Amino acid sequence: MTLTALATLAALGAFHGLNPAMGWLFAVARGLQERSRMALLRALPPIAAGHLASVAIVAALVAATRSVTASSALAVLGGVLLVAFGLWRLLSERHFRWAGMRLSAGQLAGWSFLMSSAHGAGLMLVPVLVAEPVPGGHSGHLAAAPVGALSGLAAAGVHTVAMLGVALAVAVLVYQVFGVGVLRRAWFNVDRLWAGVLVAAGLVTLLRA
Amino acid sequence: MTRWTPDPTFYPSPREAVTAPTEKLAYVAAFDRAASRPDAIVVLDTDPDSPEYGRVVGWTDLPYVGDELHHFGWNACSSALCPTAPHPHVERRYLIVPGLRSSRIHVLDTQPDPRQPQIVKVIGAEELAKRAGYSRPHTVHCGPDGIYLSALGGADGEEGPGGIAILDHTTFEVRGAWEADRGPQFLAYDVWWHLTQDVLVTSEWGTPSMIEDGIIGELLLGRRYGHAIHFWDLAKRRHVQRVDLGDAYQMPLELRPAHDPTKSYGFVGVVISVEDLSASIWLWHRDGDGWAVTRVIDIPAEPADPADLPDLLKPFGAVPPLVTDIDLSVDDRFLYVSCWGTGELRQYDVSDPLHPVQTGSVHLGGIVRRSAHPSAPDEPLAGGPQMVEVSRDGRRVYVSNSLYGAWDDQFYPDGVGAWLAKLDVDVDTGGLTPDERFFPHGDEFRGLRVHQTRLQGGDASSDSYCFP
Repeated sequence: MTLTALATLAALGAFHGLNPAMGWLFAVARGLQERSRMALLRALPPIAAGHLASVAIVAALVAATRSVTASSALAVLGGVLLVAFGLWRLLSERHFRWAGMRLSAGQLAGWSFLMSSAHGAGLMLVPVLVAEPVPGGHSGHLAAAPVGALSGLAAAGVHTVAMLGVALAVAVLVYQVFGVGVLRRAWFNVDRLWAGVLVAAGLVTLLRA
Repeated sequence: MTRWTPDPTFYPSPREAVTAPTEKLAYVAAFDRAASRPDAIVVLDTDPDSPEYGRVVGWTDLPYVGDELHHFGWNACSSALCPTAPHPHVERRYLIVPGLRSSRIHVLDTQPDPRQPQIVKVIGAEELAKRAGYSRPHTVHCGPDGIYLSALGGADGEEGPGGIAILDHTTFEVRGAWEADRGPQFLAYDVWWHLTQDVLVTSEWGTPSMIEDGIIGELLLGRRYGHAIHFWDLAKRRHVQRVDLGDAYQMPLELRPAHDPTKSYGFVGVVISVEDLSASIWLWHRDGDGWAVTRVIDIPAEPADPADLPDLLKPFGAVPPLVTDIDLSVDDRFLYVSCWGTGELRQYDVSDPLHPVQTGSVHLGGIVRRSAHPSAPDEPLAGGPQMVEVSRDGRRVYVSNSLYGAWDDQFYPDGVGAWLAKLDVDVDTGGLTPDERFFPHGDEFRGLRVHQTRLQGGDASSDSYCFP
């Protein structure tokens, strides 16, 4: 992976980590409910694991497919998908629905997986993955698929580490320093920005294809 | 369209909600008992600096007649900040207004002019019946995954079971019945929750035939009205536990859980004991792995000359307090108790919820007393403090005087009238004082009776919080 690709993946991870809907706020809520910073800290790894799973599925799929098909077709498909999903996110007023806050670690990971998937977290990585040179230059061989998938997983890993780092920092800051009152002022509509990023990422992918 | 920043009326915690600004307007459900004219949502000016303070400044007629408006609520509230399904950029803007008798659900838009709400959607009784299997919709609460709407009756003429219907946050369409497993629950009335603890609580009144033509003495003395509350798993939608108050304690109605999400208790008011006509307040709390209730307040009946009593009460020679609404301040410190029969609003300090201490009392109306409002000392009042709403900062309490059409007629047979009063609260020591400048009554309501009040921006019974 190029340095630019790594930096982009990490930046997108930071963006995802910053979004209260992606999990840090849930961790803060658990910390406050149990009056324990440990409860906050314990909540973050399952949240990151769920996010990783959501992103990794898309990343592995894209990377593996790229290893065996012409990249321009995939880029066009990915770009169209991104623009469409982004526009839907932008225009739809539906939000993720979930009732229940007392979750086990496994359920918490499941919640995070669904939340990330519903937001198209993995899709946002498509332009980076599509722009990457094919590993080993073996494009066109079915045998290259597993290697491709591995590089996709690595990409998802880098992304999630950045996501977890930012989520941890924000969660601890809100819990220890700012308090949840900061939400009233600082929680700008990340979802709308997010949808805009999806559309932009789709357009970039299409232009490059 | 969603906002860029959270709706300013959403607060993450009750601690912050008490710093909310004074409400400028109040919305009041008003209904025509004769069902010959449309019911209405009435808008009151609650801004003390306004020249129209305490007056009716807006009026929205509903499209049909015979709805009997009762309770209503907001499309969205502070629960939108809850972390599992956050959507804080929606607006607190629409009033969800069910007709308790017609089973129609109205959606009113309070924008662009908050003084002139517009009807934007009417959901017919048949849709509530078809999608959820319920009728007689009652309590509205804005939940994390939809709007929760309790309903007293079943569909297609069935008496029950009553239950909860879920409405979509965005389209307001009825998504379906909430319950996956209702266990032994059949009667329904109020619903609220401990949101962060995955606990939902429901209470019991009666089926449509038990209430719609008035209270039925034989059923009451036969202890056939509701006398239990139910605890549910909010996430799994399953019945967990039925807690019986004892069949002497008829009609546990309004549920007021602590606003602090780390607390696991709440209050429920019981209308009447068939043994001595007293009313009572019970505290629910955890007990090992389950839930238990403890009776924490008893309010005795007051002896009276049968000549002064309506037919229903003549044989007893006493006025029952008839506690029909209670409300808990956002800081969980004061509990307000409406004694609609004796015409009294009581204030209790419930800082120690197991040991309430009475800190205030105001008399208005009452079956025998007929106490006047200080601003009109020569006008005896019918009805009593009934629906009670508390401002977010806990400094103002609003009471209206009608209970329920058919029951008004039984307890106040010479007419219940229509009035709404505002009481100022001493939040340091407790205590209530009627505001002489705020007493809309009589012709101001154009012959309609007044029931629930909702304050602009939210109030003590509208919002749930996910952070302490």
